[in-house]
Amino acid sequence: MPAIRCSSLGKRYGDVVAVAGLDLTVETGECFGLLGPNGAGKTTTIEILEGLTLPDAGEVEVLGMRWGMGHDRALRQRLGIQLQETQLADKLTVEETLRLFRSFYRDAQDVDDVLALVELEEKRRSWVNKLSGGQKQRLAVACALVSRPEFLFLDEPTTGLDPQSRRQLWDVVTAFRARGGSVLLTTHYMEEAERLCDRVAIMDHGKIIALGTPRELIASLGAEHVVEFALADGAGRAPSVDELAALPGVQAVRPAPDRCALTVTAVHRAVPALLALLERRGAELSMLATHHATLEDVFVSLTGRQLRDA
Amino acid sequence: MRDHPLAQLTLARMREFYREPEAIFWVFGFPIVLAFALGIAFKNRGPGELKVGVAQAAGDSALAATLDRSPALAATLLDTGAARVALRTGRIALLVVPGDPLVYRYDSTRTESRLARLEVDEALQRGQGRADRLLARDERVAEPGSRYIDFLIPGLLGMNLMGSGLWGVGFSVVQARTKRLLKRFMATPMRKSHYLLSFVLSRLTFLFVEVAALVGFGWWIFDVGVRGSVAALAGITILGSLSFAGLGMLVASRARTIEAVSGLMNLVMLPMWILSGTFFSYARFPDAMQPVVRALPLTALNDALRAVMIEGAPLLHLGAPLGVVTAWGVVSFAVALKIFRWR
Repeated sequence: MPAIRCSSLGKRYGDVVAVAGLDLTVETGECFGLLGPNGAGKTTTIEILEGLTLPDAGEVEVLGMRWGMGHDRALRQRLGIQLQETQLADKLTVEETLRLFRSFYRDAQDVDDVLALVELEEKRRSWVNKLSGGQKQRLAVACALVSRPEFLFLDEPTTGLDPQSRRQLWDVVTAFRARGGSVLLTTHYMEEAERLCDRVAIMDHGKIIALGTPRELIASLGAEHVVEFALADGAGRAPSVDELAALPGVQAVRPAPDRCALTVTAVHRAVPALLALLERRGAELSMLATHHATLEDVFVSLTGRQLRDA
Repeated sequence: MRDHPLAQLTLARMREFYREPEAIFWVFGFPIVLAFALGIAFKNRGPGELKVGVAQAAGDSALAATLDRSPALAATLLDTGAARVALRTGRIALLVVPGDPLVYRYDSTRTESRLARLEVDEALQRGQGRADRLLARDERVAEPGSRYIDFLIPGLLGMNLMGSGLWGVGFSVVQARTKRLLKRFMATPMRKSHYLLSFVLSRLTFLFVEVAALVGFGWWIFDVGVRGSVAALAGITILGSLSFAGLGMLVASRARTIEAVSGLMNLVMLPMWILSGTFFSYARFPDAMQPVVRALPLTALNDALRAVMIEGAPLLHLGAPLGVVTAWGVVSFAVALKIFRWR
């Protein structure tokens, strides 16, 4: 039985369609990522699954149960939820906050154990408003974990955090999964999705536009590398898209206003050919970079937009 | 027991309250400061010594000496110019001009001056050997509860119950809503009734401190006692506190921002500060307004508190005002539950 199953989910706020007919299945023990730019409908989707927002249409089943059938509280006993932008009470200590959340659950975890899990033992007597952003976020996740959940919902758990705090949170999620927990997380960091998720759904405008393992999605680009370049103004003539596509090893060309990205199978063949072509045109490079293809490139190739400015 | 959600929620409420120094001041300090200031300003001093003047002329010092012997009078010798100014500015209540006959110069529309006329005449006539034909004995009464401070303390108590009930509940609820903490709680199996009940319980805990502080202060500094039973007083304050907690819940049931709830709160409280007889009797308002004024929860609460503290009335006689207080609490709590915005 899958941990979560939903079909033809729909939700609109006035004229704005937040979720437009979404089907999704999360298997037990899986870490599933909802990926997409801001406003793609990720939070609305996750809050519908959490039973906090009523959908206009569609069916939701979480751990084999449905919301609003009279056993919501029993279902909540089995879930751990971290919401985007919750501010916990400023003047309670870390320990008091956890103790409060713990009291809502029948089979809750020991406060000390949870503190150890999120590495906040030293901060247990600090007021919440004295914590750093990363510490607050770890406390929020601790409040979700204190219930010993079977299923963990994380809504943009690392947004706005520094790289070190982000990695600490990834460790927490990895440890939770190691004990058999299932996770649904939303993020707009592709790196996070690649690191944590078994499967990823890329969302845009309330719909899933791609679904698969990170590896599958990247493979769908047809090549593993991306070469990006930009030309200096006024020098020579820029090569056309067709000319670029004809270069050896190039699978796809994605022109953008300030740069051009080539998806290539072999960097060592494509780059010299590109340089030779530019040389013949008398064009001068202002930037040249290559990287392994990421989910970001998948998103760009699907939507024609960058994730961060989409 | 300690790990019961209701206990934890109540503890959280209490901690959030006592870790906020401003809240402590407004709930405990402010009413005491107010009681102290008003108690001093409106202290019933009694008539004390009346200041009278004696114009400089033959025999003035003998007259002044006679007047000074009276405990009710203090006499000063003044020349004509100074005497006129002193009389006009009210620094003396009356001027005695020696001569035959004596002249008492005073403003007969001033109560104090007329009192001085009686006292001066009495002192001088007795000084001349007048004997009383009729024997009389003074019996002084100081009716407890007739002073302004006796009126004020129960009113301040009522006002404080209203303020802390409305702010204590309304502010925290709206704050939890704006910070999405309310939504976070909804994502747990917490019972809504536990959440709401935790406000009531923490209010009741602080209520005892609050009432004890103000009543104790009134008793210690101004000798304001409680004529009725302390149990009756406790019962009324608990009922009042619950009622205003319900009203606070109602005020906070939909508001999404602190600004909105503050506005609503003042809209609810301001009329009652003025109308409900906290600082002066609501009998001063025109008859046409009386039914409205009496229907306000603070008016009813103040009436009940005064009846117990000043008149020593038993609870059984307070059905009407306590009924009004209860009705407000029950209705607003029921409506609040119905329309409460949990997200």
